[in-house]
Amino acid sequence: MGEGVRIRFDKLGVVIAAISAYAAFAAPFATFRANRIVPGEARSILESLPAAVGPLLMAIVVAAALIALLKTPLALRLAASVVPLAALALLIGVAGSFLTPAGNTFARISPASGFWLFIFAFTLLLADVLTRLNLSPQARVGVLVVAAAAIGLLLVSGSWNSLSILKEYFNRADSFWAEGSKHVTLALGSLAAAVIIGLPLGILCHRVEKLRAGVLNVLNIIQTIPSIALFGLLIAPLGWVASHVPGAAALGIRGIGTAPAFVALFLYSLLPVVANTVVGLAGVPRAANDAARGMGMTDRQRLFGVEFPLAFPVILTGIRIVLVQNIGLATIAALIGGGGFGVFVFQGVGQTAMDLVLLGAVPTVALAFAAAIILDAVIEMSASKRRV
Amino acid sequence: MKAWLPSLLRLALVVLLIAFVTNPGWFEPLLKPLTENNAPVIYNQGSLLTLTLLHLRTVLIATVAATIVAVALAILVTRPAGAEFLPLSRSLVNIGQTFPPVAVLALAVPAVGFGEKPTLIALFLYGLLPIFENALTGLTTLPANVVEAARGAGMTGWQRLVKVELPLSAPIILGGIRLSVVISLATATIGSTVAARTLGEVIIAGLLSNNLAFILQGGLIVAALAVLIYDGLSAIERYTGRRMGREVE
Repeated sequence: MGEGVRIRFDKLGVVIAAISAYAAFAAPFATFRANRIVPGEARSILESLPAAVGPLLMAIVVAAALIALLKTPLALRLAASVVPLAALALLIGVAGSFLTPAGNTFARISPASGFWLFIFAFTLLLADVLTRLNLSPQARVGVLVVAAAAIGLLLVSGSWNSLSILKEYFNRADSFWAEGSKHVTLALGSLAAAVIIGLPLGILCHRVEKLRAGVLNVLNIIQTIPSIALFGLLIAPLGWVASHVPGAAALGIRGIGTAPAFVALFLYSLLPVVANTVVGLAGVPRAANDAARGMGMTDRQRLFGVEFPLAFPVILTGIRIVLVQNIGLATIAALIGGGGFGVFVFQGVGQTAMDLVLLGAVPTVALAFAAAIILDAVIEMSASKRRV
Repeated sequence: MKAWLPSLLRLALVVLLIAFVTNPGWFEPLLKPLTENNAPVIYNQGSLLTLTLLHLRTVLIATVAATIVAVALAILVTRPAGAEFLPLSRSLVNIGQTFPPVAVLALAVPAVGFGEKPTLIALFLYGLLPIFENALTGLTTLPANVVEAARGAGMTGWQRLVKVELPLSAPIILGGIRLSVVISLATATIGSTVAARTLGEVIIAGLLSNNLAFILQGGLIVAALAVLIYDGLSAIERYTGRRMGREVE
């Protein structure tokens, strides 16, 4: 301070500027492939975009990187992260149409490492700005909604239609939404089942000490079984139930498919729900319970009126862990015919068609990310409401 | 419960595990009822012992790399020079943990091709987070009077780090490593979908040929390894925790 002319660097800015410089001058911006599975050819920013646009993008990222590099006000840094991100999102679509030869339906254009490094660098800057702004939970959800709306708008407007990942999407639009809804049903349904069973089980474990260690140990061991094995092991018992219990098959219970995936996700979900219920209830201050007893509350009134509301944020944390974990694990359901976005991931891996992998992986990551932000906000709101 | 019972159970599990991977033939009658149409009972496209060792090697390499990087990063952001990165690194850890392992694995394939490499990358990245988080907790919750005493004794920053801060944080860092290893052991099985040679191969072969015996043997070996390693690391953690006088969960 006070030295006026001395230029001061921001440490994170140095990292961001270094990544951007590499991305701008040494890494390819887009990949061109004659068809969906042949190896690609790299294209730089200037080669990928029409004559005037390439230098414009260069100017934007260089300016933004400079703002990041120097000690600058937060508002300016916010602009220096949002503007290049928006420009990159728009222009990768332009690069897609520009690089596709006229009338050619086989050629595939995908973003290359330079593009992803830019996205990484400026998202890092954005994350830093948002962290320093110390946003309220409501504002964080607001940012998420705005970002989702912007991406939705880009998708609907068709400006990304010339990119390879969307070509994969158009080839299987119906199954994309069908698998997507299966994925969400699996993740949310097993979470709901785990909450319905896990909460009472957690309360029981809290009240009956003898039960606690045993139940938690069993649930801990279930967590160590690798997911693909657990999915596989449930095929046999569910197959047996389907063929021996009248009406089970009519309910959709089968050895292969959604049923074993659902049961496996449910079993994995139980531990965080039960464990956090126990921890949450154990953390209820003695004074609160004594006061409630002194007021003549029955056990049931105490549970719902005092213990539960106080333990709620901890229980919600367990639910957040389960939801994020389930959204990720549901991808593995595809290996046993359970559907979900994993279908595209594993098909893509099998055909070495990486854009198909992305078609499955990107929505999964987006869902998990959105779920984490929303639940974190809810947890923070419920915790601050209860903190006097 | 008698005090020796858990140790005895653990010992029995070790013996059983070693017997199974070295002489799977002995257990054939047990698994036989799970197969149909005279399908092979014991995995026959590779030795279980080799696969177990390869599985452990993959997890070991990834965990060692993740530990070195995560602890180095945690040290960096807790020094005055790197303090600027602390809030950001916390948010990054939170964001990173929302990435599903399968997605990380699949997305690493275009960068490095099929085989062991994408698995190592996924395990490394996924293993970083719990270790970094715990190292950060350990290094930022040191008892202030101890650090002050070290400073008062005239220790340099480096001496304080090596002789006071790291030893005191060791039990908490070990807790992170334990979590990371258990996650990695299970995630490594998924690596076999991108042609890494791990025990996942056995499970996937079972899924593809509808052979329950394969699925069970692959799954049980991984689960047994996870339980034993988890227990072993917990014991080391308790030991160092007692020596350092810090409570561990």
